Amino acid sequence: MTDQLTPNAIGRDVARADGPLKVLGAAPYAYDQPLTDPLYLCTVDATVVRGRVAGVDASAALAMDGVELVLTHENAPELSTEDGELRVLQSPEVHFRGQVVAAVVATTTEVAAAAAGAVVVTYDTEPFAVTAGSDPAGLHAPEKVNAGYPTDTDDGDLDAAVAAAAFTVDEEYTTARTHNNPLEPHTTVATWTGGDLHVFEASQSVFGARRVLAGVFGLDPERVRVTCPYVGGGFGSKGSPHAGAVVTVMAARMLPGRSVKFALTRRQMFRLVGYRPRMTQRVRLAAAPDGTLTGVGVDVVQESARIKEYAEQTAVAARMMYAAPNRRTSHRLALLDIPVPTWMRAPGEAPGMFALETAIDELAARVGIDPIALRVRNEPERDPATGKPFSSRHLVDCLHEGADRFGWYDRDPRPRSRRVNGWLVGYGVAASTYPAYRMPANSAVVRYTADDRYRVEIGASDLGTGAWTALAQIAADALGVPQDSIDLAIGDTRLPRATVAGGSSGTASWGTAIVEAARAFRDKFGRTPEPDDEVFADAPENTAAKDFALHGYGAQFAEVRVHEDTGEIRVPRLYGMFDAGRVINPRTARSQLVGGMTMGLSMALHEDSVMDTALGHTANPDLGEYHIAANADVHEIRADWLGIPDERLNPMGSKGIGEIGITGTAAAIANAAHHATGVRVRELPITLDKFLR
Amino acid sequence: MKPFAYRRATDARSAVATVAADPDAAFLAGGTNLVDHLKLGVACPSLLVDVSDLAADLVEHLPDGGLRIGAGTRNSDLAAHPVVRAHYPLLSEALLSGASGQLRNAATTAGNLLQRTRCGYFRDATAPCNKREPGSGCPAVAGHNRHHAILGASPDCVATHPSDLAAAMVALDATAVVLGPDGERRVPIGGLYRLPGDDPTRDTVLAHGELITAVELPAPFGGRARYRKVRDRASFAFALVSVAAAVRMHDGVVEDLRLVFGGLAHRPWRAAHAEDALRGSAPTEVALRAAADAELLDARTLSGNGFKVPLARNTLVSVLRELTDGAAEPEDDA
Ligand SMILES: Cc1cc2nc3c(=O)[nH]c(=O)nc-3n(C[C@H](O)[C@H](O)[C@H](O)COP(=O)(O)OP(=O)(O)OC[C@H]3O[C@@H](n4cnc5c(N)ncnc54)[C@H](O)[C@@H]3O)c2cc1C
Ligand code: SF4
Repeated sequence: MTDQLTPNAIGRDVARADGPLKVLGAAPYAYDQPLTDPLYLCTVDATVVRGRVAGVDASAALAMDGVELVLTHENAPELSTEDGELRVLQSPEVHFRGQVVAAVVATTTEVAAAAAGAVVVTYDTEPFAVTAGSDPAGLHAPEKVNAGYPTDTDDGDLDAAVAAAAFTVDEEYTTARTHNNPLEPHTTVATWTGGDLHVFEASQSVFGARRVLAGVFGLDPERVRVTCPYVGGGFGSKGSPHAGAVVTVMAARMLPGRSVKFALTRRQMFRLVGYRPRMTQRVRLAAAPDGTLTGVGVDVVQESARIKEYAEQTAVAARMMYAAPNRRTSHRLALLDIPVPTWMRAPGEAPGMFALETAIDELAARVGIDPIALRVRNEPERDPATGKPFSSRHLVDCLHEGADRFGWYDRDPRPRSRRVNGWLVGYGVAASTYPAYRMPANSAVVRYTADDRYRVEIGASDLGTGAWTALAQIAADALGVPQDSIDLAIGDTRLPRATVAGGSSGTASWGTAIVEAARAFRDKFGRTPEPDDEVFADAPENTAAKDFALHGYGAQFAEVRVHEDTGEIRVPRLYGMFDAGRVINPRTARSQLVGGMTMGLSMALHEDSVMDTALGHTANPDLGEYHIAANADVHEIRADWLGIPDERLNPMGSKGIGEIGITGTAAAIANAAHHATGVRVRELPITLDKFLR
Repeated sequence: MKPFAYRRATDARSAVATVAADPDAAFLAGGTNLVDHLKLGVACPSLLVDVSDLAADLVEHLPDGGLRIGAGTRNSDLAAHPVVRAHYPLLSEALLSGASGQLRNAATTAGNLLQRTRCGYFRDATAPCNKREPGSGCPAVAGHNRHHAILGASPDCVATHPSDLAAAMVALDATAVVLGPDGERRVPIGGLYRLPGDDPTRDTVLAHGELITAVELPAPFGGRARYRKVRDRASFAFALVSVAAAVRMHDGVVEDLRLVFGGLAHRPWRAAHAEDALRGSAPTEVALRAAADAELLDARTLSGNGFKVPLARNTLVSVLRELTDGAAEPEDDA
């Protein structure tokens, strides 16, 4: 157990500290920093998929007024990295269509764009493979999958369990390639002064960005400063710098003393910042006559880039969700000539819980019992993956409480049993889960300034999620002062080290460091400190992780309507009940959960990056053609929580809430669509053509 | 994006003279389509002649009971115009189903009619496309063609016309008033658009430098009308299939009707076969289906758009069922 804060500021519905600045357009994002005479970078991107740059003719570009530099693989500084994504302009090789093959720096964005258009690049091309199955090299087993989980697991005898089962499910589920697409594109502003590098980077982790850039450029991290007070979303894609940051820093290095700015276009966001790769999951379930699971199997085949392996931990949720003695999971990759994928909100759980929770619904239908009853029947005593006890697990409460509030039991369980004005109506349910991570290596400073004011420093990042607000609430309770006594400083590597705003770990990790520093401060200086009294503290080790399985849970319910004539699908109602520990700020928490569910709805119905196999790139790379749920698609969405603190996790008793909302949503919607129509859709997105006859 | 010159037109004649004389000049109206194309490198004019101040906000009654709409009338203004709402609701419905509030505030009547296809390859300057670069090929035929044509396409181009307004204008029998270097001519909107044939570069029969100055609507058709748009999102998406329909009933029989499909072809598709099949008949479910099937008999589908055939049929039947007052009961297939 950790020593819990006495909730006073935490748990309160507090408006965002950064709200007014953002509404006024006055919050300085990375690209908005005031600078003198900055220069603007524009990249030239490969128009072939695989091959080599045979020649670059930059003469026309260099002749333009205002052009300061054209960077190519011939004049680019050498980098000290083996990371295939970050080795920008290190060779003439082209590994995917849209790769950066040159860059222009000029005095205005217009000149930079015109000059980039005037750079003539010729290529020698080679055959390529851009979709799984088309690659002659076949599938590859990664050493491990994202977040360090084992690639494969095998417990008991799944095949025997399937052969002996009263009921089985053996189906394939496919999730589409989807793109993070935060509102703020990725931007970098870099300045070199006498061997020191200062970067404003749209980033979920200023320390992570510093580590990566220092490594790539072979610098002592102490000589690199990364600043980023505000971020306009990232969903994982800003977790670590990409090629755009590297090329900008490179250009700035060749123009010492000048600031070089680069903002990606929306089209570039579809190839240079990562995305969730397309994958297919074969799910096998075996059950006894009463629905008790005897076997669970998930085999994932995922697309990844040849130049940098990224294996999403898709089958990991199936290792711990339900009790079953026989269990086998595997992850395989098709390594292709495609852009490098990366983290996108709930990597692993988001696609994994679509497949597993749809399969569970299919099993419930085959067994002939309510899908909630089936889940309750298979609730494990201990974590099936590790054998450890759960620090807390309230999935069953979420299912029961959520069912009551949604009105689940009003439904006639038979498919196609309800029609309203030409629409078929159905209800669906699915479970949600996400690990409750807390990262090591976080520190904080607490300093008494004067007049009852405390400055609290930590190099955390506010993705737009509310860290500016939630961390001040935590600091206030840790110091036992009102929230408006706290002056928070985040978003700079000059502050104490902090880990990424990712893995839904930010608040838990940074908050723990802040609490530690605040308690140490009170121990040392009591309640009446002198100005400039200061304490620095490291967050304590996460001992709970050794002894317990740490996860959040939820249950999501969807009402879906499918038009009988046209197959149009609408979601008039989405409801989520979550086990998220103690909620620090109901307002910002609700927007995370509702935002995650909205993104889950978008994943279910809309998002689909279509690979053109002949051209070798995304055929719909803009927000006009790559659909994201828009206002009219989103009707009533509600998120509630049980509010039971998990005292083993951290002093706040909180679990992360940034990602769990997207897990299970697509399954709840697919299950509701099945209930409405009798049509089982196993491939996302669920578009109207799938219902047409 | 290439540098270009910009001129604001003060009168239609000189605007036409300037653009007609310069093959690299283009008219600019609201810019919601053309400026996109400039940024994407899809259009590279050296001179833009801004005509958005000409004939803006001009909706006049005509002596024959019709309506004259200035070419520069904004989509929002036209949709909200009381006469349009009362007598040509099809037009309001079509406009309001398109784009977003912000875009409709900027977009003009002529610009909307002359917007270019949303085919992704056309909009990707790094891809081949016969419409953009004649002879370079059509990657949509074997590529991503969910939105592409099932009627009237050619091996050279399978693009669709994206405008909702255009489909409604064809159903309303509207006429474009066109000013060219040699004077004015009148082009029925039903005859404005071309099929791609072997020259997909041309969307319409207009020559370079011809300016649409107004669109004229005949007196209202009467009866009931409906614009039904089916798309991949509930709003802010182009039609997969749309139906602009107007029906006049008499004694349980279809006296006259106009049916136009959007989203199926390189131009709004007047469903003349379906109209003929239903004119003078009772609109039973069987008759409606037969009429829709008659129209879609010649449909040719691609790898990704086969669903448009049942979708078009079902949407047409659904709209006609509604407009013929439920004269035929929908089948209950539950
Ligand atoms: C995200 C998005 C979604 C959209 N969704 C829809 C939708 O769902 N449905 C729909 O119908 N539309 C939709 N649109 C398209 C929108 O309706 C058009 O962009 C708009 O109507 C064009 O009008 P404009 O005045 O801005 O034309 P401009 O962009 O200024 O011009 C378009 C073309 O018309 C020419 N032109 C303009 N005026 C004249 C004239 N008087 N005479 C001769 N030529 C002229 C120009 O040279 C240019 O080639 C969407 C657009 C966007 C960006
Ligand atoms: S369908 Fe027409 S517009 Fe699209 S790529 Fe083919 S030729 Fe170009």
